[in-house]
Amino acid sequence: MIWSTIRLALRELGRNAMRSSLTILGIVIGVGAVISMVTLGGGATSQITGEISSLGSNLIIVRPGTQPQHGGIQVQAAPFDRADVEAIVREVPNTEAVAPMTSAPTVAVFGNANWSTTVNGTLSAYLAARDWPLARGRAFTEGEEQAGAMVCLLGATVQDELFGRQDPLGASIRLGSAACRVVGVLEARGESTFGMDQDDFILAPLRAVQRRLVGDDDVDLMFVSAQSEAATAQVQGDLERLLRQRRRIGAGQEDDFTVQDMAEIATIVESTTGVLTTFLGAIAAISLLVGGIGIMNIMLVSVTERTREIGIRLALGAQGHEVLLQFLLESTLLSLVGGLVGIALGLGLAAVAAPWLGVPFVLDPTIIVIAFLFSGAVGILFGYVPARRAARLDPIDALRYE
Amino acid sequence: MSPPIADRTERPRAEGEGAAPPALVAFRGITKIYGTGMAEVRALDGVDLTIGAGEFVAIMGPSGSGKSTCLNMIGCLDTSTSGSYRFAGVEVGTLSRNQRALLRRHYLGFVFQGYNLLKRTSALENVEMPLVYRRVPGRERRRRAHEALAAVGLQGREHHTPAELSGGQQQRVAVARAIVTAPALLLADEPTGNLDSTTSREIMDLLTELNVERGITIAMVTHEEEMATYARRIVRFLDGRIVVDRERPADRVPGGGGGLAV
Repeated sequence: MIWSTIRLALRELGRNAMRSSLTILGIVIGVGAVISMVTLGGGATSQITGEISSLGSNLIIVRPGTQPQHGGIQVQAAPFDRADVEAIVREVPNTEAVAPMTSAPTVAVFGNANWSTTVNGTLSAYLAARDWPLARGRAFTEGEEQAGAMVCLLGATVQDELFGRQDPLGASIRLGSAACRVVGVLEARGESTFGMDQDDFILAPLRAVQRRLVGDDDVDLMFVSAQSEAATAQVQGDLERLLRQRRRIGAGQEDDFTVQDMAEIATIVESTTGVLTTFLGAIAAISLLVGGIGIMNIMLVSVTERTREIGIRLALGAQGHEVLLQFLLESTLLSLVGGLVGIALGLGLAAVAAPWLGVPFVLDPTIIVIAFLFSGAVGILFGYVPARRAARLDPIDALRYE
Repeated sequence: MSPPIADRTERPRAEGEGAAPPALVAFRGITKIYGTGMAEVRALDGVDLTIGAGEFVAIMGPSGSGKSTCLNMIGCLDTSTSGSYRFAGVEVGTLSRNQRALLRRHYLGFVFQGYNLLKRTSALENVEMPLVYRRVPGRERRRRAHEALAAVGLQGREHHTPAELSGGQQQRVAVARAIVTAPALLLADEPTGNLDSTTSREIMDLLTELNVERGITIAMVTHEEEMATYARRIVRFLDGRIVVDRERPADRVPGGGGGLAV
């Protein structure tokens, strides 16, 4: 019975192929848009979280001020200084590397070539903290760090722009008004998910950058890496305690600095994409609503057109619920087909767009199942009223209907 | 799903004279009123009517006399305002809409004036339709539909749609659809109303054959005297009442010219 009803419904939809396909268009577009967006968004999220974890799960970033996670005011606060860095090295156990950083925009010049980039003043510990190997040359020596010698390591992009195929090692480049000797080149990391070139910077000893380029003793940022992932929490706690003490923050007062490990940063990224997902859900709901109304409309037309058929069926012994089922199946099949086409369309779009946007194509079966179920539910929901109207027809009136 | 009413093999007890066939249809004081107040119309006004198994009854009367309402009532498509209708002993008035549907499904067959076949659907599938509601499995359904179409002389037309068939052929499909379930009672509402006289006689011959050879009880509404002569009993309605109810004289030749003057 149910099988012959399904066949009947399919044939009825096939007879009005044009009308059926126009009817499901709303659902196709809605489901397609959501599937493609969620798939691309999921790809981007997995890429970002992958990148963050590749930074090293042991990495902790310390910055002055607080960054509220869900809106609110960003609190500015005094920067750190070299004494803070030394105190951390001295007093926080289980750290692998502690790297301060201060940045300054600059124009690097070599011969006729010049390139706008950023100089990051730091220590060789930076390479260990960020887990960033050298492609060539050497890191800063302790003596150079102490003395604030004008030596530098080039990011891969800066090397390409200034030297092309020439050997940069030992060459002297100019950073603003200061001359600086190139002692090494970093390995290329390529673009980040956000399209930023991660290799476009120059590293120089902290003291040299402070003295020659920035003109103060501030440290903008500290990278601390714990010896193991298990030690991360302890290191984070010790850092907070030490910095509160050094910055004279009384009990009960809020921190005026931020200590974040990579898991926290990943959480922030994920909560951002969560907002995006909510938006997409709203769009999906609206398009499914519109699509559902379209289906209801067409089913009402169909019931009116087929009044005589309904009358015949009732006269020949069909019960109300059997007629209801027939029309409900039709509307449900209609919306399910819409959902399936939408899913296929969305996945196709995502597959085409993913390489173009530089995002991996990550198939999420959950969202596909949800989209399928929801489109089916729309058919049942919006098909019910027309189907009930059909089921309640009076057989005599229906048979007389012209 | 078992039918809500008595099994058909269990013959209802005959009412009245012992020799009469058991009553399939028994109307007692059936009244049907449409509208209310001043606009009230008594389509049926206290009708008593008994139809026994194996009968072939023609129901006649001018337009608005109540003959179609009577047929709809017998067919359990309509319910009476008052009075009692027992179908094979079961009081129809107390049945729900769905129970009446089941009664139609299992015991009744319909032939309409306008054929009422499903458009763009083959003759075979049209005939199969009532069997679908009876949950007859596909193969069995097709076998029986082929048989029924053969019985009405439509072998080879199984896959034609109504649009590809003549009026007479369409009505034959409708008859096949009505008899494929082997109904206890076949109801025909002006079955020849849309047909020319030659085709009409063919359809009437077919109905007569079904009545005589298969013992199918037939109640037929018609306004054509000639078609009524095929029946063995004629009931005439006027203003919602039965004015004539008589057996056709045995010596009359069915369809043989002229009407019965009553």
